Amino acid sequence: MRLNLRTIWKMIRELSGDDAYERYLKNFHKLHAHDEQHECDTPLSKAEFFKQWQDEKWQGIKRCC
Amino acid sequence: MNKTLKSGIWVLISLLGASAVGGIAINRGENINAIWFIVAALCIYGIAYRFYATWIAATVLAVDSTRATPAERLENGRDFIPTHKWIVFGHHFAAIAGPGPLVGPTLAAQFGFLPGTLWILFGAVLGGCVQDMVTLFLSTRRDAKSLGQMAKDELGAIGGTAALIATFSIMIILIAVLGLIVVNAMKHSPWATFTVSATIPIAMIVGIYMRYLRPGQVLEASALGVILLLMSVVGGRFVAEHETLRLLFDHEGLMLAWSIMAYGLTAAILPVWLLLAPRDYLSTYMKIGTISLLAVAILLLQPSIKMPAITQFIDGSGPIFGGKLFPFVFITIACGAISGFHSLISSGTTPKLLSNERDIVMIGYGGMLLESFVAIMAMIAATVLDPGVYFAINSSAGIVGSNAIDAVAKISAWGYPVTVEQMQNLAQQMGESTLFARTGGAPSLAVGMASIFGKAFGDGLLAIWYHFAIMFEAIFILTTLDAGTRVGRFMLQDILGNIWPKMGETSWTPSVIFTSSIVVAGWGYFLYIGVIDPNGGVNILWPLFGIANQMLAAIALSVGTGILVKSGKLKYAGITALPLAWLVIITSTAAWQKITSPDIRIGFFSAANDLAEKLASGTLPPAKASIAPQLIFNLHLDAWITLFFVSLLWLIIIDMLRVCWRSITGKPVLPLTESTHIPSRLVDDWVRD
Repeated sequence: MRLNLRTIWKMIRELSGDDAYERYLKNFHKLHAHDEQHECDTPLSKAEFFKQWQDEKWQGIKRCC
Repeated sequence: MNKTLKSGIWVLISLLGASAVGGIAINRGENINAIWFIVAALCIYGIAYRFYATWIAATVLAVDSTRATPAERLENGRDFIPTHKWIVFGHHFAAIAGPGPLVGPTLAAQFGFLPGTLWILFGAVLGGCVQDMVTLFLSTRRDAKSLGQMAKDELGAIGGTAALIATFSIMIILIAVLGLIVVNAMKHSPWATFTVSATIPIAMIVGIYMRYLRPGQVLEASALGVILLLMSVVGGRFVAEHETLRLLFDHEGLMLAWSIMAYGLTAAILPVWLLLAPRDYLSTYMKIGTISLLAVAILLLQPSIKMPAITQFIDGSGPIFGGKLFPFVFITIACGAISGFHSLISSGTTPKLLSNERDIVMIGYGGMLLESFVAIMAMIAATVLDPGVYFAINSSAGIVGSNAIDAVAKISAWGYPVTVEQMQNLAQQMGESTLFARTGGAPSLAVGMASIFGKAFGDGLLAIWYHFAIMFEAIFILTTLDAGTRVGRFMLQDILGNIWPKMGETSWTPSVIFTSSIVVAGWGYFLYIGVIDPNGGVNILWPLFGIANQMLAAIALSVGTGILVKSGKLKYAGITALPLAWLVIITSTAAWQKITSPDIRIGFFSAANDLAEKLASGTLPPAKASIAPQLIFNLHLDAWITLFFVSLLWLIIIDMLRVCWRSITGKPVLPLTESTHIPSRLVDDWVRD
């Protein structure tokens, strides 16, 4: 039961985008981990990331009738 | 589980479903319980999903779970992201489910509960779900391309252009009719007007909170927003009862229409984070929360359906909209049975998240089943009302008269008894001054929902429930209005950008203001005419929307059929070709009748001629005579728009048939644009479970 609640909470967070930044960081580290030489930028701050994420999310047709 | 047991369960489900549908269909004279609608729906959905959908996926489409999806191949951590199937399902459903499945069934209930219910159930499992699933599959195999792009690549330039024009037209008409629905819900209702207006600053507070105060704390901000929304519902009562405050929020339809246009223009120009994005969060929570609550309430309360199975209005004389059962029930209920608009979400948006092809059944087919279920609940909410009350709320003054006594006399004479006292009591319970001629479907749905919620969770709060339901509908109608205006703006900027590149820059302010104004003027015109039309406007606009939406569905199904034939699957092409044929029949018949019918309540030209004659002979009252020229012009315009839609539809069909014929006879056609097979590396299903 506790596990189910935790899964549901995780899903709510993912669906709403509440954990978008955490997922971004994870993805960022995954993509850059195996590439030591690569001169990559540091990850965006949470506020910066959220701005980009939100603006991008609203390109194109997102809602229907 | 052993095989015999499994088969046994499916046999039982089939029997239960058949008896529920049979019970609904042959029941006459006595009240039928709403629970049978739920049982019939769930059994039909279960059988269709288990057998038809999985057969299409396995045999016709041949989904391949070892094949990497665009989300995997093109993963960029931004829009292409392999995502857990339930999360994709959630996003997909939130995107496809709007106010359409709530409004259509409410209006179509004038024919009785049976025709609409059967169309919602069978239209969805054989048409709408197939369209959504096939489009999702095709787009997934084509790097998540949009419907318009696929139409262009696979059929040719005609299909692509048609998809673009259809999308733009639907947007304009949809927004106008939705705006009209909100206006009719707020007309002379200080409570509703206050609550709906309050959603705007509330969305802005939420927007600022999640952008600047606590960046990215989406759930925190949303919780704050939901609390404020609920407070605004309760606060509306205070405003409505306050002597001076109520005057601020008590307006005529026309004034409200101008406000909505001003709002739409502002919303399309303001940055998304301030209004559109936070409003969308709130409307999504409200939508999912309220729909679930309604399902629970129907299960708890098990209300009786009071509307007859079939009314006399199947002959075309219906007070809510004119036109016979065939084809108009199929036009009126678009979303909920089959909605072309879904194909725009199924292509382009959802495939970018899909981590495995085998989830296409659940997301494409299953998502639409859930939307169909929402439509069934709207049908229940409309038909649990006394039919007399239902017709009194939904019939416009132009049909039953603006005087309450005349209206109840006329409605009672149809065989649906209702009294002035009954309507007054109901209005008082709901905290409104009157419920007569509240056309558009939102108020009657709200009364239906309030009575279900009231009986299931306590009768004392009827007025609160009513305004909660109005707020719930208004908030996502306004979201569609904002989002639609913005999409229309982008499309227009894209088109104009071909002529003058500067106009195509989406952030160039003069272009933004210019294109937004054109889009708002487009739907604003129809909204304005709808408000001044004594027959309510919804009766004209909703069928037009239905025709446009079915036309877009026809484009999607044409793309599907064309590709199936080109891939050598002619013998299976019926899965999309048959729903397509049906859509072509109903859309063409409806359009033909709307253009040529001599009945002034159906035919645009005959209505225009009738009005012109009355105007010329001076028999119109002065108030009506002054608006008659505008109404006549509008009727002509509507007729030409309908003709344009149906011509476009046939153009696409003929083009698709041409491609199919060339393919069958071995002549060269545009090559299939399916991307090459790359094996999936998402082993162990890590992303899916």
